[in-house]
Amino acid sequence: MHQQFGLIALFTLLPLSNAIAGEGIDSGNTAWMIVATALVMIMTPAGLALFYGGMSRYKNLLNTFAMTIVSYCLASVIWMLWGYTLAFGPDKGGILGGFDHLFMSGIGVESISGTIPTFVFALFQMTFAGITVALVLGSVVDRMKFSSWIVFTILWITFVYSPIAHWVWGGGWMAKMGALDFAGGTVVHINAGVAGLVLALVVGKRIGYGKEAMFPSSIALTAVGASMLWFGWFGFNAGSQLAADGVAGSAFLVTNTSAATGALAWMFTEWILNKKPTVLGIASGVVAGLVAITPAAGFVNLQASLIIGFVAGILGFFSVARLKHKMGYDDSLDVFGVHGMCGMWGALATGLFANPNIIQTGKGLFYGNPKQLWIQAVSIVATAAFTLVGTLIVVVVTRWVTGGLRVEKDDEIRGLDGSVHGERGFEIA
Amino acid sequence: MKKIEAVIKPFKLDDVKEALNEIGIRGMTISEVKGYGRQKGHKEIYRGAEYVVDFIPKIKIEIVVSDEVVHQVVEKIRDAANTGKIGDGKIFVYGIEEAIRVRTGETGIDAI
Repeated sequence: MHQQFGLIALFTLLPLSNAIAGEGIDSGNTAWMIVATALVMIMTPAGLALFYGGMSRYKNLLNTFAMTIVSYCLASVIWMLWGYTLAFGPDKGGILGGFDHLFMSGIGVESISGTIPTFVFALFQMTFAGITVALVLGSVVDRMKFSSWIVFTILWITFVYSPIAHWVWGGGWMAKMGALDFAGGTVVHINAGVAGLVLALVVGKRIGYGKEAMFPSSIALTAVGASMLWFGWFGFNAGSQLAADGVAGSAFLVTNTSAATGALAWMFTEWILNKKPTVLGIASGVVAGLVAITPAAGFVNLQASLIIGFVAGILGFFSVARLKHKMGYDDSLDVFGVHGMCGMWGALATGLFANPNIIQTGKGLFYGNPKQLWIQAVSIVATAAFTLVGTLIVVVVTRWVTGGLRVEKDDEIRGLDGSVHGERGFEIA
Repeated sequence: MKKIEAVIKPFKLDDVKEALNEIGIRGMTISEVKGYGRQKGHKEIYRGAEYVVDFIPKIKIEIVVSDEVVHQVVEKIRDAANTGKIGDGKIFVYGIEEAIRVRTGETGIDAI
């Protein structure tokens, strides 16, 4: 999904002429992309659900799972009905895709995107929409109304996610400007991080926040979740090459390295400053490293990935352990601290370390192209600004539609597992 | 008759039970309790959020014995539950007015 992607997207828009069909489907690439899509899928209803569920309180674990799984279900439907065409339909002024592929119309088994079937490409993209909106919910667990979350998800994928995906990957203005985002630093992580911050600020703090102890229900679940995210991220990043080739291999390598150095950096920072290397810190560092390498995955080499992951681990720690407490917002599971901050670092780092020996068009500051850093900064600011305003509007509309965003006070104290779902996450004798 | 109530570290329960068995104490009631004394609580930090855990899990043992063995029982418990570190617990001794065995209706020392 790097820059060349604008072209690939263009191909999908043209009726299937013989010239394009002549390129044909590459079975190796197709096989890999089907697997990659399945890898990204498992990140949401399993990986993220466990990662977030383990961090939410014991009485809200199931609600966190429900929000995560339902996000994926809604994205699955919305994307095929109208999300895909908004993001990847024929470009309208660099802003949005046209409605040509509403309900996937005009796309059949013969349709090709690049060298893979368009159906596979659309599904791959769908899994990205699903995880991005699910990432947002981490900022408001323990207190948001389930109905509000459903309405928010539908509106947000439509009006916030799809346009940004179009700008960066669908041949929109950011792609034309030359912004480098291999697998979703802007589209996925900055987008989700800023949206999470907005949502947390509008919904407000949890009852007792800062006064009473809010223990994670199970750090063990969180650690397993982080590891599943790591596993799925290979599909996310290496799959974003949309081919089974050397660049995909390079993206695979640097993704793993960055995750590992992110975990180590977070662990050592915490060990030095707080005297304990917590498992939650190690798991968080894995995700911080993965987030930061996402935009850079296809553009940078091993040396750069060591630095990108290492800085992400330290940055993530300070964002959640210091910045958040200074600012006083209740971003419950640190969507902004981990995805927003490390996503921005990753986008900037891509502008620093992009190595033209990997992908020719990706050339960063350290390879003699300082302009790239500026382009990256513009893409960060534009994404953050659009998400901020777009999410705010979506939240206000959601509040109006569902009559408030929060559960009743008594229900929040009792826990959402019981009050919303009528179930318990654990039965401990 | 006296009731001996001992609050000890959970992992010392087996040692205490065996030690009491050796001197012929064949029954006891235990419960899982939480509390703090001089040991105080401890701190846990999750992503920078610091929570103080005040109450520490302990085991409370209750035994009723005849007056003559009270001293011996207390010594045995002290001995078995002692780690030399702060937080080993406390032993309390109370007077008991009456004891009745539910099944037979026996009373006093025969009932325990």
